[in-house]
Amino acid sequence: MKRIGVFICHCGINIAGTVDIEKLTSQIKEYPNVVHVENYKYMCSSPGQQLINQQIMDKNLDAVVVAACSPSLHENTFRTSVQRVEMNPYNCEIANIREQCSWVHDDKQIATDKAAKIIKSMVEKTVLDEPLMPITVPVNRKALVIGGGVAGMQAALNIANNGYEVILVERESSIGGHMAMLSETFPTLDCSQCILTPKMVEVDQHPNITLITYSEVVEVSGFVGNFKVKIKQKAKYVDWEKCNGCGDCITECPINTPSEFEQQLGERHAIYRPFPQAVPNKVIVDMDECIQCMVCQVFCPTDAIDFNQKDSIVEQEVGAIVLATGYQLYSLKNLPEYGGGEIEDVIDGLAFERLLSASGPTQGVVKRPSDGKIPQDVVFIQCAGSRDPENHMPYCSRICCMYTAKHAMLYKHRVHQGRAYIFYMDIRSGGKDYEEFVQRVMEEERVVYLRGKVSRLYEEDGKVVVCGTDTLTRRNVEIKADLVVTATPIRPIEDIDQLSKLFKISINQNGFLTEAHPKLRPVESLTSGIYLAGCAQAPRDIPDTVAQASGAASMVCALFSSDQLYHDPIIAGVDEDLCSGCGICVGVCPYSARTLNREKGIVEVNEVLCEACGACSAACPSGAAQQRNFTDIQLKNMVKAILG
Amino acid sequence: MSEQKLKPKVAFYWCASCGGCEEAVVDLAEDILDVVEKIDIVFWPVAMDFKKQDVENYSNGEIAVSFINGAIRTEEQLEMARLLRKKSQLVVAFGSCSHLGGIPGLANLYSREDLFDTYYNKLPSNDNPRKILPLTETETDKGTITLPEIHRTVKALNQVINVDYYLPGCAPPPDLILNAIQAILENNLPPLGSVLAPEKSLCDTCPRKDSKPDKILIKKINRISLTEIPPDKCFLAEGVICMGPATRSGCGERCINANMPCRGCFGPTSAVEDQGAKFLSALTSIIDSEDEQEIKAILDSVIDPTGLFYMYSLASSVKRKYQDFK
Ligand SMILES: Cc1cc2nc3c(=O)[nH]c(=O)nc-3n(C[C@H](O)[C@H](O)[C@H](O)COP(=O)(O)OP(=O)(O)OC[C@H]3O[C@@H](n4cnc5c(N)ncnc54)[C@H](O)[C@@H]3O)c2cc1C
Ligand code: SF4
Ligand code: SF4
Repeated sequence: MKRIGVFICHCGINIAGTVDIEKLTSQIKEYPNVVHVENYKYMCSSPGQQLINQQIMDKNLDAVVVAACSPSLHENTFRTSVQRVEMNPYNCEIANIREQCSWVHDDKQIATDKAAKIIKSMVEKTVLDEPLMPITVPVNRKALVIGGGVAGMQAALNIANNGYEVILVERESSIGGHMAMLSETFPTLDCSQCILTPKMVEVDQHPNITLITYSEVVEVSGFVGNFKVKIKQKAKYVDWEKCNGCGDCITECPINTPSEFEQQLGERHAIYRPFPQAVPNKVIVDMDECIQCMVCQVFCPTDAIDFNQKDSIVEQEVGAIVLATGYQLYSLKNLPEYGGGEIEDVIDGLAFERLLSASGPTQGVVKRPSDGKIPQDVVFIQCAGSRDPENHMPYCSRICCMYTAKHAMLYKHRVHQGRAYIFYMDIRSGGKDYEEFVQRVMEEERVVYLRGKVSRLYEEDGKVVVCGTDTLTRRNVEIKADLVVTATPIRPIEDIDQLSKLFKISINQNGFLTEAHPKLRPVESLTSGIYLAGCAQAPRDIPDTVAQASGAASMVCALFSSDQLYHDPIIAGVDEDLCSGCGICVGVCPYSARTLNREKGIVEVNEVLCEACGACSAACPSGAAQQRNFTDIQLKNMVKAILG
Repeated sequence: MSEQKLKPKVAFYWCASCGGCEEAVVDLAEDILDVVEKIDIVFWPVAMDFKKQDVENYSNGEIAVSFINGAIRTEEQLEMARLLRKKSQLVVAFGSCSHLGGIPGLANLYSREDLFDTYYNKLPSNDNPRKILPLTETETDKGTITLPEIHRTVKALNQVINVDYYLPGCAPPPDLILNAIQAILENNLPPLGSVLAPEKSLCDTCPRKDSKPDKILIKKINRISLTEIPPDKCFLAEGVICMGPATRSGCGERCINANMPCRGCFGPTSAVEDQGAKFLSALTSIIDSEDEQEIKAILDSVIDPTGLFYMYSLASSVKRKYQDFK
């Protein structure tokens, strides 16, 4: 017979207010296998824990049941505590008589009876609980960071500076992400590239970072500490070993095509690098545009052009993964009310960043796309698709209030006589020095803030007529603008669905990667060993992106700080004497933890992959797949105890 | 005669069964002669002329072992089972009906009244204009004649008496019977309550197991009568319901070798309580669809789920009584 002690917590009046603790105590005393029952005001307090440990020693207890709050809160507390007196933590169980009992009842009699049943059923489980040892897993102390925007770079640098190897995979040919496109950054107005490029170079030169650009991860297997990934390196048609980045080929290429980096406002060639400070400083050929005239081959001093190059796959083994795939802007095509992308002088925020940028297509002179004239009246439309659950995105993109203020200010700095109007719903400037920044724009820069929505706009006589309402003065406003800049929503990358399937992590209804807990675990995904950083998780500005990336990096470093990991031993095993190798459980396991060993004629479990979901236990027609400490017999006994 | 005394006394009895189990004993062929050499058959109504009185005359525990086949459906069967229990050191439930209720157990889907009405009134081959139904007592001019009462619920043997061992199968195969008798004679028995057959389910010994794909997932349920299955292919992987994964092995794969899927007569493994429910749970786990409508359509294509999944084990399932099905 097992010697079980039951410890009932009052939780102040949280439990004791509804449950008759004394009556409960005497009821449980009689139950088989229970050799000691005691109650106390706060079991989770240090005296409470000590009391339990004392009784474990005095009464020589084999197991304890703590009747208290939800195990999600204090299971860990008590399991850790009992280890101090050499009890196996898995012989300590929690009977939840608060959330599942006292909080949801007001009749004392009923609540007390129910509490007794809950405790009895937990005693039944405990009777058959086995002592378990955590499963140890070796850790491959090498990280994979996906996305080379500021988030990915920050995470990679942090991890690398802690002495661990990092592989940074970026799908464009250069790292930098969106920050490389920005002109100056709010609220301090430092030049974005000036603060970013040193980081890009550091990434490139860091001995612990392997940069793999123009590449994407196509396959992921394994588990925390032991992931295997396949990375597809797209054909660049240039041998990067040889390319020295001189750019001679670029100047000679006869093809011109709109540049993605310049938001189609400037051009690039068929052989190109996205921007002059690209890292790595290498060129690629855009085969869709290339006419194979071979001029580049002639001019290349290092003979780097290789039109026979093919996509290739490299395999890597890593212990942790940081997803920092960033964002894209919601296309203007989705906003017919704002011209649907058809009106040349209606542009989005990133395009305006390029017009403001000293290295942009207009060298920082604000010229409108249609005729290159300097616009005198510029209308900025905030929430152009954000906070619009009926038609577009329900959420707030968080950074638009700030960058629109910045845009208006930078425009006024460039075009002193120009007039800037901002349509807004309300201003959200919650950030360090942000409100002050917006006030400066309103007051010193004399930007006209109009509270209201733009109902429509149309082209007329070389102008864009913007019709809206100013709800503060309750007047309809019509502005004949030379240029309209829309703050369109921040969206996750186009193929976020595929990414989420590839890495088996979930996304929310808007497509952003889901964190393990919105408050307490903001940089972890629900798959252990995979962390999140930057706009891939939610829209955010650079300071928040960098902070989160550093958070993710420190989680990775914490993981790498020991050479072994511990995995919860509550997993579903295989009873080799019962398993017939029917294979039914194999296809059922969502974590691919089970495989059929045809030679042995049984199924084998990769214990580290098992997340104890129980799907196999339900499916196994032989009863061979039992979850440890949640066996069929235990569950049956628990149900019996509850049904009385 | 004195030598005879040392031979263990053995009884065979049949309850609600088809006679196949008796046949199985006879089927031991020459081997039965060896067996008969070593034992003293003291009761076997189907083969030899014994009366209840003969059993009553033995003292309690004098019979070494009683093999009882068939489910318990009538008062007479109950009475005999109890009597044999009292007189025997060991009772072995012999065959599926005794072990699990067997096919007679499917009668628990209906009430006794419905069954009588169907059998005595409704069946087209019946001619019963006065709607006479069997009664336990009937007055005639020659006095009262009696019939044993038909119970409301069909039961497995262990639901009415203590059973020491189980010999599974419809009918139990000769090698298992001989092994069991051998074990009894040599007093080399597993723990009480054991099923005298291997622990693992049928897939373990199935000659088709090598054809299994790495993951069994099915999109369509095929009926064996309408599907051609190559003789070496796993039935389940081909979408044909085969109870093998949920059924104890030891049968000699007789059905499988005759190109018929397993129907479950050996019952579940020792770790499973309800064979049909377990199989249902396994089957629903391998349906290859995420779409609720599609899943429903696939499962609806099983014509008689209860009859199929509980063909042999309904009477010993969790929902075992006919009242449960009303
Ligand atoms: C108009 C505008 C103005 C802004 N101005 C400011 C400002 O002034 N101040 C400020 O603080 N913030 C500003 N921001 C916000 C800022 O751009 C973001 O906070 C920051 O860029 C987020 O960085 P990130 O690394 O998360 O994403 P990104 O910069 O989008 O980087 C993601 C990277 O991942 C790569 N990638 C994506 N998918 C994959 C894949 N599957 N495999 C490999 N690589 C992949 C992408 O190519 C990209 O390089 C502005 C934003 C906009 C739209
Ligand atoms: S082949 Fe011609 S078009 Fe293609 S990259 Fe070379 S120069 Fe340009
Ligand atoms: S379902 Fe059960 S019996 Fe079948 S292979 Fe898996 S563990 Fe073994």
